[in-house]
Amino acid sequence: MRIPCPLCGTRDRREFYYYGSDDYLNRPAADAPAAAWDDMLHNRDNPAGVTRDLWYHETGCAQWLAVTRNTVTHEILGSELVADLKTGPKSARKGGEK
Amino acid sequence: MRIEGKGLIDRDSRVGFRFDGRDYMGFKGDTLASALLANGVRLVGRSFKYHRPRGILTAGSEEPNALVEILEDGQQTPNTRATVQEIFDGLQAKSQNRWPSVRFDALAINDLAAPFLSAGFYYKTFMWPRAFWEKLYEPAIRRAAGLGSLSGRHDEAVYEKAFAFCDLLVIGSGPAGLMAALTAGRAGADVILADEDARMGGRLLAETGTVGGQHGPDWVEEVLGELRAMPNVRLMTRTTVTGVHDDGTYAALERVGLHVAPRPNLPRECFWRIVARQAVLASGALERPIAFPSNDRPGIMMAGAVRAYLNRWGVAPGKRVTLFANTDAARATARDLMAAGVKVAAIIDPRPDASTVEDCPVYAGAQVIDTAGRLGLSRITIAHRGSEFRIETDCLAMSGGWNPTVHLTCHKGGRPVWNEALAAFVPAPGAVAGLIPAGSANGAMSTAACLREGRDAALSALAALDRSAPDVPLPEAEDDTYGIAPLWHVPGKGGMWKRQWLDFANDVTVKDVKLAAQENYASVEHMKRYTTQGMAPDQGKNSNVAALAVLADATGRGIPETGTTTFRPPFAPVSVAAMGAGGRGKGFAPQRFLTSHEASLERGAPMIEAGMWYRPSYFPRPGEATWREACDREVAMVRHAVGICDVSTLGKIDIQGRDAARFLDFVYTNTFSTLPVGRVRYGLMLREDGHVMDDGTTARLGETHFLMTTTTAAAGQVMRHLDFVRQAYCAGWDVHCLSVTENWAQFAVAGPKARALLNSVLDAPVDPEAFPFMACGPVRVHGVDARLFRISFSGEEGYEIAVPARYGEALFRDLLARAETMGGGPYGMEALNVLRLEKGFITHAEIHGRVTAFDIGMERMISPKKDCIGKAAAQRPGLMGPEREQLVGLKPTLPDQMLTAGAHLFTPGEEVCRASDQGYVTSVGPSATLGHWIGLAFLKNGRARNGEMVRVVDHLRKIDILAEVCDPVFHDPEGRKLRA
Repeated sequence: MRIPCPLCGTRDRREFYYYGSDDYLNRPAADAPAAAWDDMLHNRDNPAGVTRDLWYHETGCAQWLAVTRNTVTHEILGSELVADLKTGPKSARKGGEK
Repeated sequence: MRIEGKGLIDRDSRVGFRFDGRDYMGFKGDTLASALLANGVRLVGRSFKYHRPRGILTAGSEEPNALVEILEDGQQTPNTRATVQEIFDGLQAKSQNRWPSVRFDALAINDLAAPFLSAGFYYKTFMWPRAFWEKLYEPAIRRAAGLGSLSGRHDEAVYEKAFAFCDLLVIGSGPAGLMAALTAGRAGADVILADEDARMGGRLLAETGTVGGQHGPDWVEEVLGELRAMPNVRLMTRTTVTGVHDDGTYAALERVGLHVAPRPNLPRECFWRIVARQAVLASGALERPIAFPSNDRPGIMMAGAVRAYLNRWGVAPGKRVTLFANTDAARATARDLMAAGVKVAAIIDPRPDASTVEDCPVYAGAQVIDTAGRLGLSRITIAHRGSEFRIETDCLAMSGGWNPTVHLTCHKGGRPVWNEALAAFVPAPGAVAGLIPAGSANGAMSTAACLREGRDAALSALAALDRSAPDVPLPEAEDDTYGIAPLWHVPGKGGMWKRQWLDFANDVTVKDVKLAAQENYASVEHMKRYTTQGMAPDQGKNSNVAALAVLADATGRGIPETGTTTFRPPFAPVSVAAMGAGGRGKGFAPQRFLTSHEASLERGAPMIEAGMWYRPSYFPRPGEATWREACDREVAMVRHAVGICDVSTLGKIDIQGRDAARFLDFVYTNTFSTLPVGRVRYGLMLREDGHVMDDGTTARLGETHFLMTTTTAAAGQVMRHLDFVRQAYCAGWDVHCLSVTENWAQFAVAGPKARALLNSVLDAPVDPEAFPFMACGPVRVHGVDARLFRISFSGEEGYEIAVPARYGEALFRDLLARAETMGGGPYGMEALNVLRLEKGFITHAEIHGRVTAFDIGMERMISPKKDCIGKAAAQRPGLMGPEREQLVGLKPTLPDQMLTAGAHLFTPGEEVCRASDQGYVTSVGPSATLGHWIGLAFLKNGRARNGEMVRVVDHLRKIDILAEVCDPVFHDPEGRKLRA
């Protein structure tokens, strides 16, 4: 498996650390109901097809990537820097504007 | 025997080797198989199940019979294919699965029991009594049935692994592969041409036709010469491409040193991962046997192999050869033999309308119906036009046609498609993206077609690579018809002793496959598992298609409807040692050494692995017999004088930026934005699910500059976490994180005399008023810029001094020398553990991933004034309260009793069982200060049970004692000493 890193180019998957679904990017507000936290922490789809998950280029540029791939064909459809997605948590953004 | 003037071997280089205790001679360029045949050795092994005498069948890596053990330096490599192993001076090989010898094998008695050993025999027979399977049946079967054996020693030979990258990988160097490589090479593409043979050329080396007007092997040499001169082309011989993986990654096994002896500095094999943008599969085709009665005797060989032994190695495998084949193409074997002066006794062709024009007797519409010869073929019986007669022969060349080597096109789930004209499976178009089949692998059966397909495949690949294509003319070559009429098996008569063998390696017959169908194992995958057809080392390369044709016939379906079994990697056997090259022993994981490593070893310190770091356990003094004596002394030394400990293994993360403080507030449960410059604060970090991730101290070195320390074990995890939080949740913040763990050497200096010791090395002395507990700041030590932190993991007045790593060893040695003049010295992990236990400080033995801030009594560290990672989840029901197991201290009721980590806690008087489990011990140590063992444990509702007795049960170490629950801080609970 080879993963295209937007900064380093396409690299062997051994350079990456796998985290999990991109659901982790949708961090609820601190006072969000328990169900919202449950969804973010635990409830996962298990798609046969296109999915997007998070990989850390640990032995490369130390950037987190959101990689879109197909679990059936193993095709890698693209990757983006998590830092460029601008999906920060509402809570952290609010906290920052205090 | 050798034929003068034939072959591509080097007749000037004689090579001596040994097989089954006898010395033989061969030539450079021989395989073990060709050299044995040249010496008249036909019998080379015994079959897997019935111990039938077996000889060499093929001339390639698909060989099912000639599996031998190679002996070297007390090691033996089993199941080596004699057709692949090249001979070298001193090679020692022996046949396998026989006792006492290959000519007389006691277990050949199995063959007499064959009527009872049909397919599914094990499943039906060894059902009961159940306990007998493990104790009696399985060991007995394993002794009787089997392949080679191992030496029983560790494999200490050297293996290698490597990566390679190219525009185009060409798999196979026959006519198609050579044309592909030549075309792409001339276009300037980066090409790797890989072939599993020691010599490139494929079938051109085994045949006699011309290419472009030249003798085939001469044309091969000319092309190879051009390819070798191209800097963009890499030729890899002895390299089998074994697997197709995602995104153009190909696995390959190179035999680097297996043909050389002695081999100083050469690995045996190298496992390659080749990343190719495009690939051409020119792997050729494999010839298939015909299942006629008693078709497994030594001397019965594949026709293409007989031709290869003759033309490439100059060996005639027999004196009176017969040919049994159902294609026009196979006649070339007979013609080549006759041209070389070898007698061809007969051609038996099952096609009634086949040509009979040859310089030998030809029987069209005939079949071989029996053979004779106990240890080697002596005679065959044929049926022709209603009559049966015998022909004396010592070598029968058979051919049931050719199967394109489609394996690699199926490794990503593709299924081959049936081609009626070829009576064979061919690759499905587009089965693997970027892999283009060409030549015989794609069903092209003449040399001219192979050359054309090879060139055209390269042109397609070049187009995909956006490269302009050169004009490469096609050389002229043989374009004969293939002319196959399928023949899978010859119906036998005469019953049990006239078996028609399909899978020679696993002793599967036509009858077995029919039996499977009869017992309703009608799916090809079920038949395979029921009969073990295709499950031997050759993975059915010789036999699968014929077996499924028999199954199709027995179940009344066509071959395409019956389908094939699944082809999976590896294409040919790969040793695990090669795949895991370098990973044995110390190669299993990297070793990280401290700057003080040498100095610690000089003092006799045994090392303990922590993460990947090697840390000293203790520093034994003369006269100390056990770790315990050294540990007790080191603990007392820290409590009463001064101790030095290398703490550089702790993770150090440099955090800078205008939003650095705000960032720390977000990742830690407690607040860091209020921390003054020049001060250190203990911080607790949670995972988003509310459990403790790590703890440590963070120093504020400047308004926008912090230095975080993590535990040794979690340094990598915390770095990943910080990068994730920063990149995912802190868009637009000005904050940067960088690991500086290896940039600094850091030493703990602890004890009542710590300050005095430090002052002797610092350029300016520490002022205890200006530098109180939890202060930090820049200092100079012997003129070198350093950092000083007043923190303590021992409970004594403690400092940690950090210098750039290059000064680490010098400072460590200097501190030790000075400490020893003050009654102090170094201390190791054992003493460090006791010191921290006495203070109730936690490590990852406690924060092991399943505990919350509440469990360790730190729930008040979660600031109510701000959000932080893990805060919301930490407040979920069930993560705090009396039902939780909470951190407590333990001391045994009797002073000599030992506590053990991992022991479980029970309420005295209650039954010791899982349901009444009250918790467990996490860390223990002998407290030199208190004079008894102490421990930390998690106990249900533990904080409310202070002073209670618990029963401590360690089933593994057979310990069952009573202990008292106490506060986890055993020593100096007010912290007066560390604030001194």
